[in-house]
Amino acid sequence: MIRRPLVFLGASLFLLIIGLSWTGWLDSYTQLILLFIGVNIILSSSLNLINGYMGEFSCGHAGFMAVGAYVTSLLTVWFFTDSSPFGPNLFSPQWAVFFFPLLLLLGGLAAALAGLMVAVPSFRTRGDYLAIITLATSYIIKSAIENIQTIGGARGFMGMKRVINGMEDFVNVPWMMIWTGIFVILTIVMIQRFVTSTYGKGIMAIREDEISAEIMGVNTQKAKMVAFMFSSGLAGIAGGLFAHILGYINPGSFTILKSTEVMVMVYLGGMGSLSGSVLSAVLLTLILELLRPLQVLKWVIVPLLLFLLMLFRPEGLLGHRELTDVFPGLRRLLGVKGRD
Amino acid sequence: MFEVCGLTHFFGGLKAVSNFNLELKGGELVGLIGPNGAGKSTIFNLICGLYNPSEGKIEIKGRNLRGLRPHQVTAAGIARTFQNIRLWPNLTVLDNLRIARHYELGYGLMDILLKTPRLTRGEKDIKDHAQEMEKLLGLDKYSQEQVRNLPYGVQRKVEIARALMTKPQLLLLDEPAAGMNLQEKDDLIDLIRWVRQEFKLTIWIIEHEMRLVMTLCEFIQVLDFGEIIAQGKPEEIQNNPQVIEAYLGKEDL
Repeated sequence: MIRRPLVFLGASLFLLIIGLSWTGWLDSYTQLILLFIGVNIILSSSLNLINGYMGEFSCGHAGFMAVGAYVTSLLTVWFFTDSSPFGPNLFSPQWAVFFFPLLLLLGGLAAALAGLMVAVPSFRTRGDYLAIITLATSYIIKSAIENIQTIGGARGFMGMKRVINGMEDFVNVPWMMIWTGIFVILTIVMIQRFVTSTYGKGIMAIREDEISAEIMGVNTQKAKMVAFMFSSGLAGIAGGLFAHILGYINPGSFTILKSTEVMVMVYLGGMGSLSGSVLSAVLLTLILELLRPLQVLKWVIVPLLLFLLMLFRPEGLLGHRELTDVFPGLRRLLGVKGRD
Repeated sequence: MFEVCGLTHFFGGLKAVSNFNLELKGGELVGLIGPNGAGKSTIFNLICGLYNPSEGKIEIKGRNLRGLRPHQVTAAGIARTFQNIRLWPNLTVLDNLRIARHYELGYGLMDILLKTPRLTRGEKDIKDHAQEMEKLLGLDKYSQEQVRNLPYGVQRKVEIARALMTKPQLLLLDEPAAGMNLQEKDDLIDLIRWVRQEFKLTIWIIEHEMRLVMTLCEFIQVLDFGEIIAQGKPEEIQNNPQVIEAYLGKEDL
């Protein structure tokens, strides 16, 4: 009998994908889709913290993603290649293997600090007004990047592929698949821990009734700050991964369209549902890929799906419920407890 | 133990509360009554930190409360319920009770992310406390129910339980009998008495329902237009002509 089936399942899936990519059983296109699924899982579950669990409406997630993407990329390219605007490489390229996760976290940290731009106004305002602030924040970030010429401005920034190549020259394994997998698992575990803790439940109390939350002892300002920074920090990590998967980023990748895509995932999966966010990130990424041959028609079918979803199931696939609430049998199978 | 001195508050040019005083030694059950709009709830809101008073002093055990944020006031030992129930409707009873321990978790954010023994211990302590509270108040059968699905009377009880979870020394009840029928009111009277004894609390009630205040409270203050017009034992209040006037209007002959 396996003691913790869910951990076992996650770990084996992770190893299976790594193994298959390494041996070349998965072609590079399938690998790319899997990587995007990973990035989207991090994005949608982190946005769910704000839009679902805390009940605010953030539509600037792509902005924080951009901060993480640029900070991580600038650092890796500066540290490990000689093509950066800051001069020759500081370390030998193989060191990237050890530094990469740290730099990814640093990018996340920078994005978390950018999250303060939304967190601080959220002390005084909420709802629609805060939504406008999140939108403004993402525009500020985007135009700031566009206007800094040393990092490429609107032309974008590249060189990350050489960092990955450096890692692969050192040990030839599918590094991006490994890092993405690790950070997806970390994200899910941490959000799960956060939202089931009494601390995290305080965030839901803010959604339900902010004033009574404050009066019953929840430090709402601090809780909001933690939630916004946690969420934007994770978006930053997703951005860092995204940048290194593609090898090229430009401000145009982080517009309101990207934020909307993530929001659609959150609403499709269901607000306040972690398993819903994961599920819908997988589903939506796959659907968008499968519909690619339809070209322009894709952007008719996907919005239509949303339309139907909002009409017939406005709470999303799993609104405020987890997969284990819908299929209680899973609980025993996966060895997880109900939510309490 | 608890002292309010010269509490005054303006809403713009309107004097909502003027020179309100109250001193409690600990263990009393006192009442605050008055017609609609007299400023009763404003006083509670001032004490729990929702508004910052224009003038006056609020102290609990010698500690100043004025200017603190509401969650700090709660941590200092004052809990309250609301006139119109303000629970967190989509959360379960257990979660509603657990969250009230937010001011005293016993762990930090890093403990959550790393799942340290401190988190496990803190969470277990909070959960045990919440379940014990449910048993004490007979709410254990509703533990996993969402609060919004519960009958009104039970919701009132959950709200009191939630306030008790913050381990208060002073409990403020804002119109606890609002919207209750006779039977429920009788139960409430018993509940309040029992709570006071069980938790050795000081209780301060705002109430419209005269019978409840008169049976429960040892000391009553009457508020009208933000000012205390009378205070004393229930029987003194009952026969005070000023109070009768405030409630029923002047007799015109």
